[in-house]
Formats: sequence, C-alpha cells, structure tokens
Amino acid sequence: MTRTLVDSGNNVAGLAAQAAKAQVVAAYPITPQTAIVEIIAELVDSGRMKSEYICVESEHSAMAASIGASASGARTFTATSSHGLVYMHEMLHWASAARLPIVMAVVNRALGPPWNILPDLNDSLSQRDTGWLQFYCASHQEIFDTIIQAYKICENSRVLLPAMICFEGFVLSHTSMPFKIPDQEDLDSFLPRYKPGWKLDIDNPVSHGTLASSDYYMELRYLIQEAMDNAKELIPIVGKEYADRFELPYYGGLLEEVSCDDAEAVVVTMGSMGSEAKVAVQKLRDGGYKVGLARIRTFRPFPIEEVRRICGRVDAIAVIDRAISSGMEGPLFTEVQSVLCELKDRPLAMNFVAGIGGRDVTEQDVETMAVHTLECVKKGRVDQRLTWYGLRR
Amino acid sequence: MVTLKELPREEHILPGNASCAGCSTSLSIRLTVKALGKRTVFVVPACCTSVIQGLFPLTSMNIPVLNIAFASTGAAASGVVSGFRAQGIEDITVVGWAGDGGTVDIGIQALSGAAERGTDFIYVCYDNEAYGNTGMQRSGSTPLGAWTTTTPTGKREEKKNMPLIMAAHKIPYIATLSPSYPTDFVEKFQKAKAIKGTKYLHILVPCPPGWRTDPAMSVELGRLAVQTGVWTLFEIEKGVFSLSAPSNPLLEKTRRKPVQLYLEKQGRFRHLTEGDMSKIQLNVDESWEYYRKINQTKICP
Amino acid sequence: MPLTCLSLPTKGTGGRTGFWRTFRPELDKGKCTKCLLCWVYCPEAVVNRDAQDYPIIDYDYCKGCGICAFECRTKALTMRREEV
Repeated sequence: MTRTLVDSGNNVAGLAAQAAKAQVVAAYPITPQTAIVEIIAELVDSGRMKSEYICVESEHSAMAASIGASASGARTFTATSSHGLVYMHEMLHWASAARLPIVMAVVNRALGPPWNILPDLNDSLSQRDTGWLQFYCASHQEIFDTIIQAYKICENSRVLLPAMICFEGFVLSHTSMPFKIPDQEDLDSFLPRYKPGWKLDIDNPVSHGTLASSDYYMELRYLIQEAMDNAKELIPIVGKEYADRFELPYYGGLLEEVSCDDAEAVVVTMGSMGSEAKVAVQKLRDGGYKVGLARIRTFRPFPIEEVRRICGRVDAIAVIDRAISSGMEGPLFTEVQSVLCELKDRPLAMNFVAGIGGRDVTEQDVETMAVHTLECVKKGRVDQRLTWYGLRR
Repeated sequence: MVTLKELPREEHILPGNASCAGCSTSLSIRLTVKALGKRTVFVVPACCTSVIQGLFPLTSMNIPVLNIAFASTGAAASGVVSGFRAQGIEDITVVGWAGDGGTVDIGIQALSGAAERGTDFIYVCYDNEAYGNTGMQRSGSTPLGAWTTTTPTGKREEKKNMPLIMAAHKIPYIATLSPSYPTDFVEKFQKAKAIKGTKYLHILVPCPPGWRTDPAMSVELGRLAVQTGVWTLFEIEKGVFSLSAPSNPLLEKTRRKPVQLYLEKQGRFRHLTEGDMSKIQLNVDESWEYYRKINQTKICP
Repeated sequence: MPLTCLSLPTKGTGGRTGFWRTFRPELDKGKCTKCLLCWVYCPEAVVNRDAQDYPIIDYDYCKGCGICAFECRTKALTMRREEV
C-alpha cells in the first residue's frame, strides 16, 4: 500500500511530481530549490519519469512555458523560490486567469538585497493576490501529500486554478525526514488523467487571452473568486479521501487545530513554525497553560470560517508571521484580524514578526510568545500590537 | 515551386478585423497560414496581432491561438511544443508570432533560450520597425534615422541584426521574407515546416500609420525595400548563407535602386537631410559588400 | 460566460469595416486577366474568387486600402470615391 523513505524535502517534492505523473516540467534552478530540478532531471533522463523536461533560461520563462504546456492539455509541474517566484510574478497572474491547474513547489526564501538564502515567507505571501491557491507545509509527508492532492483539487472542473505548495528553505528542503509514498497503482486510481477545462485544439480553434472590454473583465475575475470558494469546499474532502485511502495523516483541511477547544489563547501561524508551535503548545499544556494552535495550511483560499470559529471563542491570539508587509504589519495578522473584525467578541490580538531572513524560531520562542500573550489576557489589554520578536537593538 | 493560384482558398484570418487598412501583418498572417495549413497553432505576445484578433468573446483568427505576455513568446511556445509531444499529439506546427519589440527587445531572452534548446517550432518576427501596438515607439529594430514617437528627431542607433544573432545560435533554418514576394514567402514557410528544430523567419512588414505611408503602397514599399537593398531576402540553412532569387542579382551595385526611392515615400524619413540619406546609402552598400563575402559560405563555426 | 477569456472565430470582429472606406475598388472585367494578384495581396481577405476565378470583393468588410488597385497590372481594378 505505501513504502517508507527517508529523504530531503526537495527530493520529496520531486518524487511527488513523478508520482503525480506530471507530463511537462519547465523549471529553473535557484537556491534552495535546486535539488528539485536536479532530481527531476535524473528521473527523466533515466526513464523513471515519463515527462518532457524543459531547462528554461529564467523563471519568468518557466512560468510562461508551464502556461504553454498546460494550455496544450498537459499536466504541468514546476518549482521555484524567492527571487525566482517574484521574477515570474507577471506570469502568475496570467496562469490563474487562464484557469490552468499548474502545480508549483515554492521553497520559501528571503528576498534581497542583501542576498539571503535562508527562509522567510515574504516571497510567497507577496504573491497572495495572484489568484493561486497557496498551501503551507510543515513536514515532508505533508509536502508529498499536498502536491498530489493539489492536482486533484486544481484539476477539478469547479476549480481549475494553479496552486503553490510552499515549504521553508533549508528547514524543510534540506533536512531529511521519513515519509510514506503510496503505491503508484493506488495513486493512479486516486488521481486520474488530467481533463482540461479548455485547451489548444485544432478541431476547435479558439483564441485565448485576446483583449476584453470592461463589460466582461469583472465577470471573468468573479469566476476565479467562485473557483476559490469551490476549492475551499473541496480541499478538506480531498484531504480526507487521501488520508482514509492511504492511511496517512489528515491535516485538517484548510487549517490544523491542536488543543483549541478550551484554550484561553491560540497561536496562529503557518509552515514550519507550526511544527515548533505544536511542541510548544504541548509543553505549555503540560505546564498548566491553556493554549492551542491553529496552523493555517491554506493561505489562499483563506480559511475565513475556521479562523472565526477558533479565534472567536478565545481570549487572545498570538499570530506569528514569518513575513512583514513594510508600512503595515505581518500579512497573516492583517488577514486574521480582517476576518475577525465582524465578531461581537473579538480576542485580544498580538502580532509577532519572527524568523525574518531565516533567523531561527524554536519551540521555546513560541512558548515565550504564547506566555506573553496570556499575560496580556490577565492585564486585559495588549501592550504592543506588533512585536518584532528578538530584534537586536 | 509553388504557384500562388494553387494556394488554399480557405481564409484563416477572417475579414472585418481590427487591423489598419493596408496592414502588411494581416497580409502576412493570411499567407503564412495558407502556406502551413490548418494544423497550425499560433503563440502571440502583446503586439499588433493581439489587437487584430479583436475583442473577447470574438476573434478574427480561425486557428488555435495562445496569447501570452510580451516577453514570453519563445518560452510559451516551448511549453506548447513539449505539451503536445508529452500527450503524443503529432503533426502540429507551432508558430511563435511576435512583433519586432517582442523579438529583439523584451522577447529576446525567451527566443534565445528556445533556440538554444532546439525547440521544434517556427519563430516569426514580423517587423514593422517599432512598437506598433502602443503607437510607434522605437524598438531595437527601428532603422537608423527613422522617426518614432520616442525618437522624434530620428533614431541615432543602427537596427539590430536579428537574423545574424539567430545564426549564432546554430539553428537549422533562418530566412528573411517579404509579403511583396509571395512565392518566396510561401516557399520559405513550407521549407521551414519540413525541418526539425528551431526555424527563425523575419518578415519586413510596411506599416501605413507607423511609417506614415499611403495604405495602398504597402506591397510596393516592401518591393522597394528589397529592390534598393535595404531589406535583403536570404536564407541561412545549416549555417550556410545564401541570397534568395529576388535579392541575388542585387549583388551588382548598379542593379540596386537608390535608397532614396524607398525612403522618400515614407513620412517617418521626411526629416532626413541629404547627408543622412548618403549615410544610409553607404550603410546599405557596406552590408552588400558583406553579403558578397558571405554568400554561399558557412557563416558560423 | 465561458470559464476564461476564450474567443470564437468570426468575421467582423472590428465591426462592419466597410464603413472605414473613403474609396472603393471596382472591377472592369473586360480588363481583368485573372492573375489573382489582388486575391493574393488583399490584407483583409475580402477578395474572393468566383467560379471563373474573377475577383469578387466583399464590400461589407473592404477597408478601401487600395492595394489591389495599386497592384493590378492592367488597372482592371480602380479606386472610386464612395458616395456619401
């Protein structure tokens, strides 16, 4: 049914692309994603992966080529990071509005200058408006599972949007963990062949992407919003189906909640800091603190109802952002606050910006942030809305 | 040897589209699809052609067209080619159809990459020697002395020699074309279709609003461009340069008409002085000495 | 509403472009040698070929660019001012 391997997060992503039977891969290397393009090159060259592999000359071209391949009707995979992701920003918008279910691994890395190859989430969070689904993974197993599930979700005729599967550079991409891969035959029955919503077809010639007036544009964009809503429904369903069929973890769909039921304070975060937070929450619970964790898995579509349900009944939330939108606050904090603002009883909310530029965030740091938040609950007010955790002055 | 009357009658660019009256691009698309047949897919960046297609939900092109962002023709076409191959779909000609801006300037990276990878497609640069779609700003392909909105006193730099840049990529086939020479045009496309690998075709397309010319003159201007030697019809096949039949006789300088006959019909050259014209004539004569040297020789190692 | 911006092929995406004309090409069959250069060179694809291969112009869409008349070697096609 499944076999267990131990490998790096990058190799997991490459193996997932192979298992998903991606037909075209067009990618460009960038630290810390490089191993993904290398493992795929090896798999394709040795015949173990039946895929057309295009060594494009830039990330912008990687996304353009992915759009071309997907438009021709092929299942497409690519991967990038940091500057590569922001270089292809223009084409990210193109892919989603063209309704092409491209799946892309994004190995989160800080943006320069100065050059920094270590992780933070500014690269992917700055792409939140591009119409892509965004998943944030906290383990190697989750990377594999989410890539497979993303194809099933995105290729559904009610979705047909591209997805990025994000995981932090080095922390996840370069460390090794055990994970299980289902047998190929079982995977094939879970994930059938791609049936495009539209494609370049000699027998039915269409022009895609010509000029459109404002009489139509809004409606076309509305359809993407609708598709995101459909994705929101589908993500937990596909996740559960996968977990049941292969006896693998179910991460909770749009977000993973741990110990939230009777919590006084909840830590809200994404990615590998979610793993650290899990340990922190366990330790704090053992020490008598009533804390919980909401690890947001999908930033897009944003889990509005889940966040309201969990955060609406606690006294305080500590939102830990591994990114900053200069001139405002952490992007996750802004989004969480936005969905809570209509609630009559809103929790006290603190934003911790931590781990920028790859500075390590351990479970001890999360404990500190959680305990501090609980102290604010006792005082009945937040002392500082935005804290740059561990900032050296 | 193709005869024009035997060209397919079916039209794949439908009339009543948004192209300007006398648009050589529109004419070129007509001849191209007649030459290649209907198992053709176009990849079109932002350019005049993306406007000629018309407004959603209608299009004037009766073949599959993937519009794509300005810089990306070569890359998107690479993806389409690989995508068809991955699905076992055969016998489709993928054409990257881009203007000079989308080829020599913003699109050069993607084109160079696609060519270096030996992508099996035909890349066409239809060259109206400026950024036509946005109102005639200069491009790297604008010739010396030409007025454009961003070179109001005439461009001071030379035209980028894209066919020779492509020759350095060692692709199997490169050709320059003009719709004013339709048999040469169609033959070159049919030749390109039969070759595997990257084929680069560069068409000079006279543009009435951009060149400030009479729409009725578009075909005649293309002819004059060739007859004066300003535009040269040639092929570079497996690295061997050879002048095409309409241009070959012009190696004899006296058989080339003076460039003035070409330039004086265009409003974009109206401000040229005698000195400027002489400079242009000199440049043309110099290029022809170069063509004399390289004709029938292998020009890249 | 289609799923995405997919456009279907049709004539007249620029409207009834025949209205653009100031001059219209007119054929004197007596002078026409059926060389069909007008059909080859028409950018708009409005020169069609009848059963005997004489040109027939689709005046709904002809923009009056004048290329056909300019290229016609026998001046069988000439441009005449449109009546208002």
